[in-house]
Amino acid sequence: MSEVKTKPRSFITEVASLPGGVKIRDCIQCGTCTGSCPVAQQMDYSPRKVIAMVRADMRDEVLSSSSMWHCLSCYLCTVRCPKDIKPTEIFHALECIAIREGFKVKETNTPAMYRSFTDSIKANGRVHELGFMFKYYLRTWRTLLANPSAALKMLPLALNLLTLGRMPLMPKKVKGRKELKIILEKAKAGGGA
Amino acid sequence: MRYYAYFPGCSAEATASALGLSTQAVAKALDIELIELEDWNCCGSTPYSGIDEVEATCIAARDLALAEKTGLDLVSPCNNCYITLNKADSFLKEYPQLKERVGEALAAANLKYEGGVRVRHLVEVLFNDITPGVIASRVKRSLDGLKVAPYYGCQLTRPGFGFDDPEFPKSLDSLIESLGAEAVPFALKARCCGGAFIISEEDMALELIRKLLDNALENGAQCMITPCPLCQTNLDVYQGKVNSKFKTKFNLPILFPSQLMGVAFGLAPRSLGLGKNAVSPNKVLASYL
Repeated sequence: MSEVKTKPRSFITEVASLPGGVKIRDCIQCGTCTGSCPVAQQMDYSPRKVIAMVRADMRDEVLSSSSMWHCLSCYLCTVRCPKDIKPTEIFHALECIAIREGFKVKETNTPAMYRSFTDSIKANGRVHELGFMFKYYLRTWRTLLANPSAALKMLPLALNLLTLGRMPLMPKKVKGRKELKIILEKAKAGGGA
Repeated sequence: MRYYAYFPGCSAEATASALGLSTQAVAKALDIELIELEDWNCCGSTPYSGIDEVEATCIAARDLALAEKTGLDLVSPCNNCYITLNKADSFLKEYPQLKERVGEALAAANLKYEGGVRVRHLVEVLFNDITPGVIASRVKRSLDGLKVAPYYGCQLTRPGFGFDDPEFPKSLDSLIESLGAEAVPFALKARCCGGAFIISEEDMALELIRKLLDNALENGAQCMITPCPLCQTNLDVYQGKVNSKFKTKFNLPILFPSQLMGVAFGLAPRSLGLGKNAVSPNKVLASYL
C-alpha cells in the first residue's frame, strides 16, 4: 500500500483559524503596525515582521521570540491597519500557543506576570493584587536576585499603597468559585484551539 | 432615575478604590442607580487573553450570562473590563466554534448567554445618557480656572466599540468643560502608559509614563483625569519613581473623572476617596473644596 502523507497544516492556516487571526492573509506588509507600535524596538521582530514570518511558516522562531510578549494591547496598530487585520489579537493568539506548547522566552517576565494574574483569578474568582504580586515575585526570583536593589525599591511603593488604603491584605472571593471551576474544566475538555 | 447593572472590576475594590467610591457618589448625585452585578468575577483582563483565549472568553461569558438575567445595560468604570467584556461578546458573535465551546462550558454550570447584553463604559453613559448639559446643571462649585489634561488611556476608545474617536477622542474634554474647568490640549491623550507592564517591564513603562506627564505639563495642566484604574495607578503611584529615574520634579495630581465631578458637585472629599491619591490633589483643588 502506498504511503499517504497528509501535509501538516501551515502556520498561517493555524493562525487564520483563531479568533482575531481571520484576516492575516490580507496583510500587505505596509508597516503601519510597526510604525504605530510604542514598543516595536524592544521586540525581537516587529509586528510587521511577525506577520511575514507567520506567512513564511517560521513557527518555532515566532513562538520562541519575545515579540508578542511586549505587546501592550494599546490597539493602535489595530485601529490603523488599512486591511482590517488585528495584530493585537494575533499577538494574543500567538501567546496562547506559546504557553500551551511550553515555549520559553528569556528576555521578559511578562509570561510569568500573566500566569500569576490568571492564577489569582482561578483561586479567588477576582484578582487579589497582593497575592498576584507575591506569586509573580516567587516566579521571577532569579530577576530579583540579579537586581536586589530594584527589588528593595518595591517595598516603599507597596507600603505607600497599603497606607493609602489601596492594597487590601485579604482577597475578595467570589461565591461561585466552584461554578467557575466547572466552567473552566469543561472549556479545557472541549480540546483543540 | 436611571438603572444600570454595575460591574466595578477588581481594581475598584483595591488599587483604585477611589474609583469605586467616587463612581457611586457621583451616580447618586445624578440620579443613576448602579446595581452591582451579583457575584461577578474578574473579566479576565488582558493577561488571561495571553494565556488561554477560550478560558478567557468563558470567564467573561459568565459575567455576561449573569448580566443578561438583569435585563439592564452593564456599566463598568474600568477601561479594561469594558473592552474585555465587549471583546468576549463580539468574539462569541463572530466565531461560531468558539461560541459552541463556550456555550457548552457555561451549560455545565447551568448558565446561558444569548448575546443580549450591552456592555458600556461609565464615561460613555455620562456622555450619551446623562449628557454634559445635565452634568453642567448639577454643578455647585464651578471649577473655573482649573486646567485639566484629559487622559483617555487606550482601551476606552480602542479597538473601538462605537464610542468616540480612537485616536483623538473628545468626550472627556466635554465633561471637563461641563464642570467649568478648562481641558488643555493634550496630544498624547490616548497613548499608552505601559499598563500592567509596569510590573514586568518597569523601565519601558516608566518612559511611557514620563512622556505623558511631560506632555500634560507642557500644555499647562494643573491636574490630569483618567477613567482607567491601571493608568491612574501608573501615573499617580509611580510618579515618584519617574522622578527619581529621570531626575524630574513632576507633582501632577491624577484624578478619576468621577472624583473631579464630585468636587464640582460639592460632594464630601471623603466620599470621593481624595485621600487615596498618592500625589495629593489638595493644593490644586483647595479653592474648590
